[in-house]
Amino acid sequence: MTDALIKKIARLAEGKGELRFMEVCGTHTVAIFRSGIRQILPANVELVSGPGCPVCVTGDEYIDKAIAYAQRGFIVATFGDMLKVPGSRSSLAQAQAEGADVRIVYSPLDSIRLAQENPRRRVIFLAVGFETTAPTAAATVLAAKAQGVTNLFMLSAQKLVPPALRFLLNDATTKVDGFLLPGHVAVVIGADAFSFLATEFKVPSAIGGFESEEILLALTSLLEQLDGGEVEVANDYRAVVKAEGNVAAQRILSQVYEVADVEWRGMGIIPASGLKMREEFAAFDIERVEPAQIEHVGKKTACRCGEVLRGVVKPAECPLFGKACTPLHAVGACMVSVEGVCAAWYKYGGNNFKW
Amino acid sequence: MCLAFPAKVLKIDGDLATVERSGVKRAASLMLLPDAKVGDYVLIHAGFAMQIIDEREVRIRDALVAEMNGAPRTVEVLP
Repeated sequence: MTDALIKKIARLAEGKGELRFMEVCGTHTVAIFRSGIRQILPANVELVSGPGCPVCVTGDEYIDKAIAYAQRGFIVATFGDMLKVPGSRSSLAQAQAEGADVRIVYSPLDSIRLAQENPRRRVIFLAVGFETTAPTAAATVLAAKAQGVTNLFMLSAQKLVPPALRFLLNDATTKVDGFLLPGHVAVVIGADAFSFLATEFKVPSAIGGFESEEILLALTSLLEQLDGGEVEVANDYRAVVKAEGNVAAQRILSQVYEVADVEWRGMGIIPASGLKMREEFAAFDIERVEPAQIEHVGKKTACRCGEVLRGVVKPAECPLFGKACTPLHAVGACMVSVEGVCAAWYKYGGNNFKW
Repeated sequence: MCLAFPAKVLKIDGDLATVERSGVKRAASLMLLPDAKVGDYVLIHAGFAMQIIDEREVRIRDALVAEMNGAPRTVEVLP
């Protein structure tokens, strides 16, 4: 099957000029590098990464706030991805080394247990992520409320994928011939949530799974659409993605959160592209309960993270890549997160492996 | 961050299920997937079941992954 797909991709891509397909999911970024798909694609098919890593698109200020709370004596519960992300001066890992209480959790629900085990302390969960992860934070808030937990709070910075795609398509510097859409975001919001790509922008797209064959299948769909097929949202992850998504998860999400304008690293403020907690749940929103005053620090750096996240430049085009900026000493968030574009390029040899 | 894996529901106790994958058992919340039943295969993300998966799709996926890792091809003869 893999052979057949590779041959089909080669046949469809022939004579089409330079094609750029963008994935917008850190898990795809890593899966693509690990599988070696980039190396077997025809020379005129280029895969670029978009703003698909939630950690990477989180701004310095958010990290600064998390550190400020940790230094104030809160227990900060977070997914491991966030630990090494640099804020404007420090990172959570550094704060932890200096004595702050930062705990890595597997599920947001673990932060309820942390709050119950430490009744005299206050616990903050760093609610970062896209539509896949956002409902898990919302459900955690509902569970905490139901269980009468009053010492657990969210520091929320969740983001929404469709508005970011819209931003990229309206941005003249980004050139994309098709989107490989994030499978697990689509599990929650549904394939139909992406239909504007076809109807408004006439851009081919395909929802893909995360195994090598599933990714190849989605790329084949993109090429078929460019080869005279109808432009649509191809669902190549049918086992779990439905047209309407997971309605129960959407309901819980919108019960706790509402849509807001939020800031993305490298892209500025995008209208209606993020989430904030509804007034009704203000008691769980640390920014309402006890706002952190942080100093705004303008960082001067040659880091091109923002352009990398928009797919405008490749990591190697950044003057810091592999020199001042490596996974062990990362300057930008794209190098820190294991799912970051720069980290993947660095780890997998910048696509230079041949056999 | 959006990592997820398929697992089988073994037991349900209120909102909480025990799920199993390759012999590893874990607790998973059913708050986001109240329709899941014992015996269903579900997609797990960050401790929550997110969607029911067709059991045959899971078998096909497992067979393909095993094949990529060097096992003989079995995907055509799956029950």
